[in-house]
Amino acid sequence: MSDTAIAPKIIKKFLYVNRKAPYGTIYALEALEAVLIGAAFDQDVSLAFLDDGVFQLTKGQNARAIGMKTVSPAFGALGDFGVTRLYVEAESLAERGLTRDDLMIITHDFENGTTGEVPSIIVVDRARMSNVMAEHDIVLTF
Amino acid sequence: MLHTVNASPFERTALTCCLAHAVNGDAVVLIEDAVYAVVKGSTASAEIVAMTEGVDLYVLGPDLAARGINRAKLIAGITEIDYAGFVDLVVAHTSSQAWL
Repeated sequence: MSDTAIAPKIIKKFLYVNRKAPYGTIYALEALEAVLIGAAFDQDVSLAFLDDGVFQLTKGQNARAIGMKTVSPAFGALGDFGVTRLYVEAESLAERGLTRDDLMIITHDFENGTTGEVPSIIVVDRARMSNVMAEHDIVLTF
Repeated sequence: MLHTVNASPFERTALTCCLAHAVNGDAVVLIEDAVYAVVKGSTASAEIVAMTEGVDLYVLGPDLAARGINRAKLIAGITEIDYAGFVDLVVAHTSSQAWL
């Protein structure tokens, strides 16, 4: 973000792992805050959703009646912050009776400036999710 | 990858999920209430035995002591470490992940 850094900029691959449903605890909101901080510091930020974390991405959320902020719309804005990869674990969806169609459609712009939008959600199986975790320098679990 | 688990396996799924994602060469350290998982004869210990081939398993001694879990009650194949040993494990792995 800043051009005035004294040291050469270090960019690490951050993975924010979401394992909690969105409204029963504050974890989902806290994770989003942390994601935006990572992105603001120009880090290479990706998200993973597994276990109850997949509930964070479902369509049709509205928390007004329980007096809380609806978490899900914020995910649609992540592309504007350079966060373009949301890995979702297929087994976690299946265990909860969910399919990809139950999830919001989240996209980001093509990076090369051409028009069009690319899906941000990448559904991966559990073995691939292990690899995704291993490919990141920093893994933060919420 | 070094995994830490801090929740009782009888209350939360952190351990199960961690074991499902740990791969060959990873290490798992059980801390806080997760140490209840390594008591011989428990359902959680059976799960550990079944799922941890190729994964090094550790349990934090001070957390065992705090809960009165005698070493004789531990399942085989698990290494008890102290805080210094925990630090050594963190240093030895390039990344770590906390399952909570």
